[in-house]
Amino acid sequence: MREYQILGHADTRSGFGEGLLAVGKQNPDVVALSADLTDSLKMDAFAKAFPDRFIQVGIAEANMMSMAAGLAIGGKIPYTGTFANFSTGRVYDQIRQCIAYSGKQVKICASHAGLTLGEDGATHQILEDIGLMKMLPGMTVINTCDFNQTKAATIAIASHAGPVYLRFGRPKVPIFIAPDMPFVIGKGLMLQEGNDVTIFATGHLVWKALQAGVILAQKGISAEIINIHTIKPLDEECVIRSVQKTGCVVTAEEHQRNGGLGDSIAQCLALHHPTPIEMIAVNDQFGESGKPEELLVKYHLNTPDIVAAAERVVGRKI
Amino acid sequence: MIFHKCDRTEELKVIAAEIRRQVILSLAEAGSGHLGGSLDLADIFAVLWFHTLQHDPHNPHWEERDRLILSIGHVAPVLYASLALSGYFPVEELATLRKLGSRLQGHPGKDHGLPGLEASTGSLGQGLSLSVGLALGAKISHKECKTFCILGDGELQEGSVWEAAMSAAHHQLGNLVAVVDRNGVQIDGTTSHVMKLEPLADKWKAFGWQVVECDGHDHQALMEALCPAREPHQQPKVIIARTVMGKGVASIEGDYRWHGRAPSKEEAEKFLEELQHVSQ
Ligand SMILES: [Mg+2]
Repeated sequence: MREYQILGHADTRSGFGEGLLAVGKQNPDVVALSADLTDSLKMDAFAKAFPDRFIQVGIAEANMMSMAAGLAIGGKIPYTGTFANFSTGRVYDQIRQCIAYSGKQVKICASHAGLTLGEDGATHQILEDIGLMKMLPGMTVINTCDFNQTKAATIAIASHAGPVYLRFGRPKVPIFIAPDMPFVIGKGLMLQEGNDVTIFATGHLVWKALQAGVILAQKGISAEIINIHTIKPLDEECVIRSVQKTGCVVTAEEHQRNGGLGDSIAQCLALHHPTPIEMIAVNDQFGESGKPEELLVKYHLNTPDIVAAAERVVGRKI
Repeated sequence: MIFHKCDRTEELKVIAAEIRRQVILSLAEAGSGHLGGSLDLADIFAVLWFHTLQHDPHNPHWEERDRLILSIGHVAPVLYASLALSGYFPVEELATLRKLGSRLQGHPGKDHGLPGLEASTGSLGQGLSLSVGLALGAKISHKECKTFCILGDGELQEGSVWEAAMSAAHHQLGNLVAVVDRNGVQIDGTTSHVMKLEPLADKWKAFGWQVVECDGHDHQALMEALCPAREPHQQPKVIIARTVMGKGVASIEGDYRWHGRAPSKEEAEKFLEELQHVSQ
């Protein structure tokens, strides 16, 4: 098996910032809206390069979402930027009515998602956003895993017809996806082939899954590791093809079990290929203050948890 | 029958009466819907669609067209009647209102392909934000077109309307005109009883808007009021249009119980007769 090299460390939100600047240069229709979190979302470079296409809306997210829809009606491609909880729960009706209904070209870009927001605590650590967004008809839902993937995704979504929810995070994490890796919306990304168990991972837990794969190999378990960056539409063909080979599944994500990636994969498998499955996710709890790594340990979203889940699920195979 | 643009109040009066007639007919056919507000906006819609708006029914996607966002989507019948009488689609199609497969959804739905419809609306408090986005996009692209937004007065109780109002003034959107249908009533009763709005003009002024108050049934006053604010002000403009719910049908005028009701076939006949007396 191959070991992934760490190419550096960076926050995924910085990947968004670089991607936004790049897509702004490529496409004059791209405009960006910020709700008083320009620096946190790393949108400064875009704001400086394209002051006419950068729109400060203040702390008024409801207005931002419907405004973005209005800009889209007029032919723009608006990217909204704020934290994940203010990008979803606070503005659900605006997104449902103005953006999702009638499929507007709005790109909802959401930082500081999940427990790894860290010290700010549960009020800001949204763990329900993927579920909220994937319920909306026609909404594409993406959760990226490192700087390079986030940058590539930010560029790719501009030419994707319809609304997109792009979820990323705050802490600096390993960079391991090659900078020239194409981002294909809706396609699972094979990171490591294996035979005994498939680990489907998204967001910050992709790196944890790769580390788990190394430990599992030492224990004689060959894990196939697939990055599902696009939770909706789910690459069902990729999921079923892998599971037909390995016969059991672990899912890993920084989100509630209800409504997350594991939930989508379980639905796909229950319908098409019933398979033993274990889910690494937060289970019906709010988060709390702490360092990102401490929280991942406490809430059982860490490498050893993925290893243990893989061992369990291999034991459940008939 | 199709009407063309005009600037004579005699003609606008005929058009407004025809809009009211189509509103009553389509709602009676639908068997549900919102009659009161649809009637009280008929004069404003007659002036907008047949005088003020720059639009082309033969070319609904014309880039430079003015945009109208109906934030109070529940009064869709008055928009549909205006579009049909402008020539966007056959007047006969108004009879499909609220029926399965119709392009005339209960609240405007853009997915259903109705020509001339700009946005899906109906969840209150969002249309002014949509309009700010449209107006700001036009400004960024140096387009001359204007954006008009129709708000209800009860709707102004939604906080997001004031987020939008603040942003319109901040971004100096002189190409934006909001119209408040100030009929003084909402579902649970009068606005002063449910949640008072006054001093309403002062609120808009404090948010940085140019405010014009006028009689929402006076065509001459509406033609003058609906012209967008001109430079160098670059100030958005709001018309607080005093209206009477159910206007044109004397027996229901001012009765808030007609906010969310449609007439039966028998009531519709009676209302059409009342309407004829007024327009004669
Ligand atoms: Mg009212």
